[in-house]
Amino acid sequence: MTDSIMAEQTGSNRNKIHPKKFALWVACASMSMLFAALTSAYMVRQAAGNWLEFPLPNIFFVNTLVILISSVTLHGSYLAFKRERENLYKGLLLISLLLGLAFVVLQYQGWEALAAMGIPLKLNPSGDFVYALSWIHLAHVLGGITALVIALIIAFSRKFKVTPARKLRFELTLTYWHFVGGVWLYLVVFMALQR
Amino acid sequence: MATAVIQPNTVEEKLIDELGYDDHFHEHHDGDKYQSNFITTYVFSQDHKIIAKQFLITGMFWAVIGGLMSLVFRLQLGFPEESLAWLQPVLGKWIEINGEGMGSLSQEFYYALVTMHGTILVFFVLTAGLSGTFSNLLIPLMVGARDMASPLLNMMSYWFFLLAGLVMFFSLFLSTGPFSGGWTAYPPLSILPEASAGSGAGMTMWTLSLVLFVVSVLLGGINYITTVLNLRTKGMTMWRMPLPIWAFFITAIIGLLSFPVLASAFFLVMCDRELGTSFYLSEIFIGGQALDHVGGSPVLYQHLFWFLGHPEVYIIILPAMGIVSEVLSVNARKPIFGYKAMVYSILAIAFLSFIVWAHHMFMSGVNPFISNFFVIFTLIIAVPSAVKVFNWIATLYGGNIRFNPAMLFAIGFVSMFISGGLTGIFLGNSAIDIQMHDTYFVVAHFHIVMGVAAFFGMFAGVYHWFPKMYGRFMNDTLGKIHFWGTMVGAYAIFWPMHYIGMAGVPRRYYSFDIFQTFSHFAEMNKFITVAAILVFAFQVLFIINFFYSIWRGKKMTTQNPYGATTLEWTTPIKTGHGNWPGKIPAVQRWPYDYGKDGQDFIPQIMPLKEGEHDGGH
Repeated sequence: MTDSIMAEQTGSNRNKIHPKKFALWVACASMSMLFAALTSAYMVRQAAGNWLEFPLPNIFFVNTLVILISSVTLHGSYLAFKRERENLYKGLLLISLLLGLAFVVLQYQGWEALAAMGIPLKLNPSGDFVYALSWIHLAHVLGGITALVIALIIAFSRKFKVTPARKLRFELTLTYWHFVGGVWLYLVVFMALQR
Repeated sequence: MATAVIQPNTVEEKLIDELGYDDHFHEHHDGDKYQSNFITTYVFSQDHKIIAKQFLITGMFWAVIGGLMSLVFRLQLGFPEESLAWLQPVLGKWIEINGEGMGSLSQEFYYALVTMHGTILVFFVLTAGLSGTFSNLLIPLMVGARDMASPLLNMMSYWFFLLAGLVMFFSLFLSTGPFSGGWTAYPPLSILPEASAGSGAGMTMWTLSLVLFVVSVLLGGINYITTVLNLRTKGMTMWRMPLPIWAFFITAIIGLLSFPVLASAFFLVMCDRELGTSFYLSEIFIGGQALDHVGGSPVLYQHLFWFLGHPEVYIIILPAMGIVSEVLSVNARKPIFGYKAMVYSILAIAFLSFIVWAHHMFMSGVNPFISNFFVIFTLIIAVPSAVKVFNWIATLYGGNIRFNPAMLFAIGFVSMFISGGLTGIFLGNSAIDIQMHDTYFVVAHFHIVMGVAAFFGMFAGVYHWFPKMYGRFMNDTLGKIHFWGTMVGAYAIFWPMHYIGMAGVPRRYYSFDIFQTFSHFAEMNKFITVAAILVFAFQVLFIINFFYSIWRGKKMTTQNPYGATTLEWTTPIKTGHGNWPGKIPAVQRWPYDYGKDGQDFIPQIMPLKEGEHDGGH
């Protein structure tokens, strides 16, 4: 009985989790493998010796804070969206995007700081790994920023209304943004500890 | 609304109408807009059945190219004394003609052909052509879904594959030739442009092509997993899924976890090539000059590559195993023996596939104590594999067997898998591998177990589901000739290779004329080449049969010509958008009720009779 009621409520979709949401989780698992592979390559290469030791520039830690805060603000925006508090939702969404863009700029400065402290590209694999990991992570962040820009355009161009389709789209963006933030946290902790 | 229009005629249609699940699919026309004209129906299609055909025919194209390449280098290996000048109009400068008018294959191009043959067959034919075709065709039809979870991503998966193929195809026409450093693309051949002719532009395009290919596999895989887990019809529990679906599902998971690792390996290759970093390159001298690459580890690449590379062989063979299980059961008119054991062995193989990669590297300077670990896990794979083989044979035992081409190829698969699997036990031992590695024994092993066997699985699938794809049957007689020619011919090619491999003849060599000890294998090499040409000719027969039957084959007159139980045979002969014209069928039982209670077969949509035992499904 409850089954048929569930089916009524959710329309043609009888599932507890929306297929698109599930697909995103699967994709995140796959992307995690990319970073797992690169960080294990880091460890294998490090164990082989000829490994230059240097401290990570502080800017990368500042940046970690930036992307984590942007995750919090985006989550706040999502909650505001669900509670139909339009202005808070739009404001926090805008802040999240600005923080995301700040992350990109700060990463760039991080590379410059790295070069300034005498670790340019091609000097030693230990430095090259920092560059390579942050590049490929940034590529994933740019995907997230694209999603945020789309979310912002929708937020400011359409009449505010909480529909299932918009909620789903927001949830997908949110999940992905948390994911890239989480990956960066992992990378920075990994690189700080695994010197 | 629209469901009321359908007048149920057959028993199956009545059952679907009574017990099926109404998702109101035909009341809104969401998907119809993308199938409104020729372009959206046949070219940029989002329908899983059309995408399956696109994967299949593109795969066939690549199989012909890859097969022809092998014939060219086999001619050089089998008949080094004969002139290949007649190939010059096609291959141009890659045929070198000496003063006496004697033409032979350029050595550079020989390596390029071997490399391309491997890359094309492994990735484009046996991954995309096999898994892409049948996962797309069968997952929605067999689990009772209208289409994939995301038809758009599904379409993009095909177009990324086509794009990957186009890039690879263009690389064949580069003046420096395509990449020639082996399909494994080990550094330094893959990183230093000066290492060989193909290491320049050829390698750049090779990497680009494979990165596109990884994207294609990931998009497809995300869809397959999501569809299997989220879009199964009412009553289709995991333990009621047909075995091909289990195989495609696990294959997609393996692909999703291993292909990103390949992408990361390629990412570092690109950094080394384009930016001059030294992830993989150690101190290297070229022409007496030291390069400024310092401190890299080429073995690191091998670890990353084989972390994909080994699961990749299961990505190739598991779909074939799933298809074979289904075809054997249907044509033996018996339930598959040990259904759950089949599923658990797929899971065990999938798990083990991730912890055996270094058995490809026993001779790469890996610590012998670490090798022991990989030897043990490699040999343990023999256990689930043997379970599967036992179950296939037990399914055949006492069966009322129909020897149609699909069944013949399924039985042939079992034969090939046993022969090739046994030599895997030799190679999996690191001590024996000291003698065997990089010989023709390895070539024979992997061609039989994952090349020929996977092809047999693919042929079984094509012959079996051709009516579902095109509404017509392929010609049985031609199919049987195709089978016997391929079966005998494939053994004729690869059986002798075990022998010359055990004698120590190395693979990938252009010629053996300076080795006195190998000179007495010349006749055997001729034999292998002739067999290869004949087997290729039998594949031409298959292609003729395939395309002839699309338009002229015997028409399918009933929905369920084989008397099979699974859901794809409850769809109309011309299966339209959304697969079922009315409701989605609800599943009442497992898919292998053959010969139960005196009935030849009981479809999955037939409810259990009063007091009937469901066998724990």
